[in-house]
Amino acid sequence: MDRPAAMTRTRLAASILLTWLLGGCTDLQSAISPAGEQAGQLFSLLQLMTWVCGIIYALVLVFLGWTIVRVWKRASADEAPLVDPADRGLSRSMLVWGALIVGGLTLLITASFLTDRHLASLPSKEVLRVRVTGHQWWWRIAYRDPATGRWIETANELHLPSGRTTRVELGSSDVIHSFWVPNVAGKLDVIPGRANSLDLTPHRIGWFRGQCAEFCGAQHAHMAFDVKVESPADFTRWLAAQARAAAPSTDPVSARGAAIVTKGACAMCHAVRGTPAAGRPGPDLTHVGSRRSIAAGTLTMSRGALQGWIANPKALKPGTTMPAVPLDGADANAVAAYLESLK
Amino acid sequence: MIALPTPRDAVQRRARLEQTWADPKGVWGFLTTVDHKRIAARYIVTVIALMFLAGMLALHMRLQLAFPDLKILGPQMYNESFSLHGSTMLFLVSVPVMEAMAIWLVPLMLGQRGMAYPRLAAFSYWLYLGGVTMLWIPHILGITPDLGWFEYPPLSGPGYSPGHRADIWAQMITFTEVAALAASVNIVATIIKLRPPGMTLARMPLFLWAMLVASLMTIFALPAVMLVTSMLISDRLVSTHFFAPAGGGDVLLFQHLFWFFGHPEVYIIFVPAVGFVTAIIETFSRRTIFGHTALVLSVLSIGVLAFGLWVHHMFAVGLPRLGNAFYTAASMAIALPAGLQIFCWIATLWSGRPRFATPLLWVVGFILTFVIGGLSGIMTASAPLDLQLTDTYFIVAHFHYVLVGGAMFPLIGALCYWYPKATGRMMSERWGIIAFALIFGGFNLGFFPMHILGLEGMPRRIYTYSPGMGWGPLNLIATIGSATSIVGGLVLVANAWISRKHGTPAGANPWGGSTLEWWASSPPPTYNYEYTPVVESIAPLWTAKDGLPVMTGAGVERREVVVTSAIDAVPLYRQKGASPSIWPLVAGIAVTAMFVGSIFTPWAVVWGVVPIGAALTGWFWPQRPRARTGPLARRAV
Amino acid sequence: MTPEPPPRLVGDLAYLPDHADGARHVVWWGNLGFMLIEGTGFLLAIGAYLYLQSQSPAWPPGGDALPGLTWSGFFTGGLLLSVIPNIWVLRQARQKREGRVRIGVLAMTLIGLALAVVRWFELQHLGVRWDHDAYGSVVWLLMVLHTSHIVTDLGDTAVQAAWLYTHEVGADQFSDVEDNANYWSFVVLAWLPIYGLIYWLPRLA
Repeated sequence: MDRPAAMTRTRLAASILLTWLLGGCTDLQSAISPAGEQAGQLFSLLQLMTWVCGIIYALVLVFLGWTIVRVWKRASADEAPLVDPADRGLSRSMLVWGALIVGGLTLLITASFLTDRHLASLPSKEVLRVRVTGHQWWWRIAYRDPATGRWIETANELHLPSGRTTRVELGSSDVIHSFWVPNVAGKLDVIPGRANSLDLTPHRIGWFRGQCAEFCGAQHAHMAFDVKVESPADFTRWLAAQARAAAPSTDPVSARGAAIVTKGACAMCHAVRGTPAAGRPGPDLTHVGSRRSIAAGTLTMSRGALQGWIANPKALKPGTTMPAVPLDGADANAVAAYLESLK
Repeated sequence: MIALPTPRDAVQRRARLEQTWADPKGVWGFLTTVDHKRIAARYIVTVIALMFLAGMLALHMRLQLAFPDLKILGPQMYNESFSLHGSTMLFLVSVPVMEAMAIWLVPLMLGQRGMAYPRLAAFSYWLYLGGVTMLWIPHILGITPDLGWFEYPPLSGPGYSPGHRADIWAQMITFTEVAALAASVNIVATIIKLRPPGMTLARMPLFLWAMLVASLMTIFALPAVMLVTSMLISDRLVSTHFFAPAGGGDVLLFQHLFWFFGHPEVYIIFVPAVGFVTAIIETFSRRTIFGHTALVLSVLSIGVLAFGLWVHHMFAVGLPRLGNAFYTAASMAIALPAGLQIFCWIATLWSGRPRFATPLLWVVGFILTFVIGGLSGIMTASAPLDLQLTDTYFIVAHFHYVLVGGAMFPLIGALCYWYPKATGRMMSERWGIIAFALIFGGFNLGFFPMHILGLEGMPRRIYTYSPGMGWGPLNLIATIGSATSIVGGLVLVANAWISRKHGTPAGANPWGGSTLEWWASSPPPTYNYEYTPVVESIAPLWTAKDGLPVMTGAGVERREVVVTSAIDAVPLYRQKGASPSIWPLVAGIAVTAMFVGSIFTPWAVVWGVVPIGAALTGWFWPQRPRARTGPLARRAV
Repeated sequence: MTPEPPPRLVGDLAYLPDHADGARHVVWWGNLGFMLIEGTGFLLAIGAYLYLQSQSPAWPPGGDALPGLTWSGFFTGGLLLSVIPNIWVLRQARQKREGRVRIGVLAMTLIGLALAVVRWFELQHLGVRWDHDAYGSVVWLLMVLHTSHIVTDLGDTAVQAAWLYTHEVGADQFSDVEDNANYWSFVVLAWLPIYGLIYWLPRLA
């Protein structure tokens, strides 16, 4: 086929390939799709460094390639090897090369330092404080209720007001974890015996995802959390809803579920505010129905997911500390209905 | 006036030397040999077997990650796989193989008949083998360590990891580090004291500088990991509180001590590769290396700088910003000596008269790959940017690029380069090129996508991921690439194996090298050299136009090595060389018993001292006549 | 490839002695290497001590007793005094005096034994158990590290004494005595900063 057509075919194939490779990436847990001030700064730094490093690599490629081409024909077995030739030209070039490296490194060190300084000096007036505690393998998240000053707990879903800085105060109840929402900011480790805090200043509204980034045992792979960045007004509404106690059940099925959850084995580990269930070892379930996922980002929220999880957690998350709760069909349905109603 | 023997006398002299330096026959000879070449060979064979096993683990993991939500490996098996893969490659392959190359090559490059401490070299291997079994037998028994290659507490502490897996890992490290320290002291002493007459430090080949620096780095870095793993075992076994916040301990203490070792460790792996690359480029360019002084200084500065960077592994821990800025600058600064090295190598090729063969191909592959790793390292050196990159697949890509590109490729080049010397045969060029293409191409296909995966949010050490993340396609490509490079590895090993019997016979100096090892025959006899070479330049075989200057006098009837002065290599005395001995093996078994016992009870350390003491006494007990004076003198007959 | 010319003889090394002293001897360097390794270990353990101290509001932490000065004083004094016979043995070994070296090494064995006994009592009076808290753990870490050197050097010296008395002493064995004496000097030197750290830093800070 003629050249233009061939080139079009090639370009088409390349775009399809690239789309397949990268298009699948959903950008909700990505460091190169910044939705926050911190991530944006770091993305700019990444771009600068990629350019500088790319140029350096290109120079090495050119030097090496030119060398090979130049000497390919020169090879001859019979001449004696050279011992300690004068090399004046090459010595000068080495100085130039060295100067280039020093220049490039100075640029990058300065850029890194300036980025760091900028990140540390972001305005932190009216910082919203959120406490995040890492557990094996879920996230306890606590907000302060503006009305009463009490700490309201939820789990595995973090809401952030857009345009404001939220200071996440990190703690661990067991081993080292790492809190990471790449779209908004870099990560920070969650270390027992140490109080770390991380500032997040998102500016794009939408759903994102964070994931534990420090190996913490069997289910490290399934320790994620949803992040919703919303307008300050929506955020205030959400927080007010979270502060309310659990809605009482309105139909007999979910009432039956409520009885099982709040008075049975579940209450030993889970809390549902406004009911007798006040367990601390597991995630707070007061508004679990309003969350996007369960089991720390492992399953999308649905009645079926809830039922499946409760019936056999170890099938979905082998090694989890949540025991399988044996319930017959009707009870399982009731429990799932109740939990789903806890919006 | 001494003269060289006549040809007939020379034949007899060689036969006498062969006898003096021979090992006993059969299994006893195998167990008692102190021949550095045999010891190095067993290290290499063990390392190749372990690379195969580690490669299989890697393949398994890559298969599990090829598609989302696969069930090939569950979390327990996956966690064991990456722990075993990392621990094997870092503790049981990368450092030991460099030491093995040194144990084989250093005496040959020095024109010597053996190392400074021959029995210590044998002991190093047995202890290394103990470390290998310490890790792999538990794997066969199903109690594999499963917390990664650097088991951070509290996860590895008594509260969260009951049982003995973590103790097995910690004690394996102690084994291999004692073995590495023993080998390093041996290498340093050999390079400093056993140089041939005339090989001043200025005339010492770069490979020897590299091994000297790497061995000194080992001496100063490895005690940190021995100390920290002993502290971890102690927390687990006798309830100390080093890393327990509740008892006033600090979790970060582990990380500081570990990475104080861990960062120099990767340079310990890289610096010998600098030596390989320089040797290969010099020979194949047919000119002495450009910038020899710059290369020596860069190796020395890397050796020192490497100890000041460790906090860059802890940028996400929340340490003070100003401290982090210092470590950013230092971590980037180490790119300067590395960058100058790259220049010197390419410049040598540029101004030389090259011949092209497989070892040079591996050097080219090294440059192309290692520089990518170095550049991604510069990116991770930035403390703020590292907060996005650390603990993700970007880091997995980075360290594989520097370790595989920067150490494995030069190592393979070195194996191809010195293979004719060790075996007397040439490897097949054609299959060598095929292996290179598969390994180089497969590696880059396998690991380049991981940079992107890390930026797209994929953390490390996860056994699966959901389809919604969109990480599937790049993971699949990574799997295909990795599998391809493993095929290349098999081709390489097959080439090496088959060429032993079917390769073209090689003479003493098939590549036309300049350093002394190319003077010995291929393979060298047990005694390496008939005479002691005298070195008058940095490229002795290229400047000895009217015959290599030699000296006689090193013993023929008994084992001897010539000891010279540290800086100017002036001959000082003839040191009696060690004969084959069972004591290194006995001592190795005794130490193994103590280390294994100490996993279960601290008393093993106390009781274990007895057999170790007995073994060391047997080892060092000098065989001399009974006393004739003093209170315990033998009564006159 | 053109055939190489045969080697040309430029000298004979048979005149070289078959032994050497001090830093000329190859084993001296192995001894030095071992000191570097152990010294690094000590330095890192000291670093761990200082690190834990910097993280603790009080040192020793509230309620922990200070380590006793009596037995440690005896030990430190005895250790410093042992330098005298140690240097003496070193000199005799350099002069290759068989009889005096035998006596010296025997004396060092007995001194080492006495010091080991004193060290035992010192350990009983540290004032804290290793499993009580991190302070106790790191104090015991330093003590156990140093004590292991005292004990192994004692073993070395005792075996050396036994050998010296039952054999004809050759040049290499005089070098061994020298190396062992050097190592004892290292053990003494290593103790000084540890002693200062464990017994005096908590009292002065």
